[in-house]
Amino acid sequence: MEESLFIPREVTTDENFAPGHRACIGCGEALAVRLVCKALGKNVIIVTATGCIEIISSLLPKTSWRVPWIHTIFENVGAVVSGIESAYKARIRKGKIPPKGVKFVGFAGDGGTSDIGLQALSGAMERGHDFLYVCFDNEAYMNTGIQRSSATPYGAWTTTAPVGKKRPQGQMTWKKNMPDIAVAHRIPYVATASPAYPLDLMDKVRKGLDMEGPAYIHVFSPCPTGWRCRTDMAVELARLAVETGIFPLYEVINGEYHLSIDLPELKPVREYLKHQGRFKHLSDDMLEEIQTRVEEDYKRLRAKAVLD
Amino acid sequence: MSEDDMMPGWKDLKPGFVVTEPGSASSYKTGDWRSERPVRDNVRCIKCGICYIYCPEGCISETEDGYFDADLYYCKGCGICAHECPRGVITMEEEK
Repeated sequence: MEESLFIPREVTTDENFAPGHRACIGCGEALAVRLVCKALGKNVIIVTATGCIEIISSLLPKTSWRVPWIHTIFENVGAVVSGIESAYKARIRKGKIPPKGVKFVGFAGDGGTSDIGLQALSGAMERGHDFLYVCFDNEAYMNTGIQRSSATPYGAWTTTAPVGKKRPQGQMTWKKNMPDIAVAHRIPYVATASPAYPLDLMDKVRKGLDMEGPAYIHVFSPCPTGWRCRTDMAVELARLAVETGIFPLYEVINGEYHLSIDLPELKPVREYLKHQGRFKHLSDDMLEEIQTRVEEDYKRLRAKAVLD
Repeated sequence: MSEDDMMPGWKDLKPGFVVTEPGSASSYKTGDWRSERPVRDNVRCIKCGICYIYCPEGCISETEDGYFDADLYYCKGCGICAHECPRGVITMEEEK
């Protein structure tokens, strides 16, 4: 199957995220946003939190968006997207506008999702609004200059988790498992996706969009600037993160776990970490610690999954 | 594009800074950020479109004869297309 794949026949050539955006060279997040926007189509309203996506796409007086788009502050993507959805439903109910099947989508980075925007997102998921939430996870606050977030992995260097004598590992805490927090809300659809697997990513976006009720997709977004790697490595790193088990791809449909790619054997995490300057200080013990943790987590995930 | 086109004065902006044209960022030239440009040797190209789907700028498009080419007006020269190409068609050459 892989050999005969001809990509332009599989995807639309529409670019709803226009070129000319000011993302850094080789940005994995810009690539992820572009792919997600391809899958979303035209009939959506996108709400975006403060973060990289907002600043690269909407520098006054220009905009990269070819679909209705609204920027909101860091903490309330969930609140704004649920407000728009409710208002739309109310106006249809009162006969003021014809139903046009508009979909509602929230975009935020890992800071806007797992730190600052968590309560608004949790509220929106709990109330059961019909929307799709996409988190673009580049594992720190990259837009303001690489500060740690709760999604920063253990052992990463950031400007607020510096490497020193007392903290030789940099970031001391493990990455918050945001997809599992979404699953705990018992919403119909949760998935993780990666821009290195574009067709899988676009399938998941369409699935989440069509699902009645809240849907959450966590997209891995490599950041060459903040991760201190070469600019041509974004896709390669996204692929290695999947192959090493650091960022496994799975879907949770109505509480049932399905692995998108089942890996019988994981590559050593060193393969993924060695390309990144943010991990270059790690000692063999720390690498071992990360390896053990990743294997444990992967085993736990596999035990939960329905193997088909 | 001159500096004046990129930065309109306050009199050119709409009241409330309303942006009226969707996708207007596409008039902004990001190609001059580039330090390396992708150069193709189409003899080896199998027209799979991997470069097209992995371009963060979305600046690669299909040409009339089915090959692919990057729009250098937008290409920032990241090299992802060269790195991901399964046939090694693309090489990055330094801008002079």
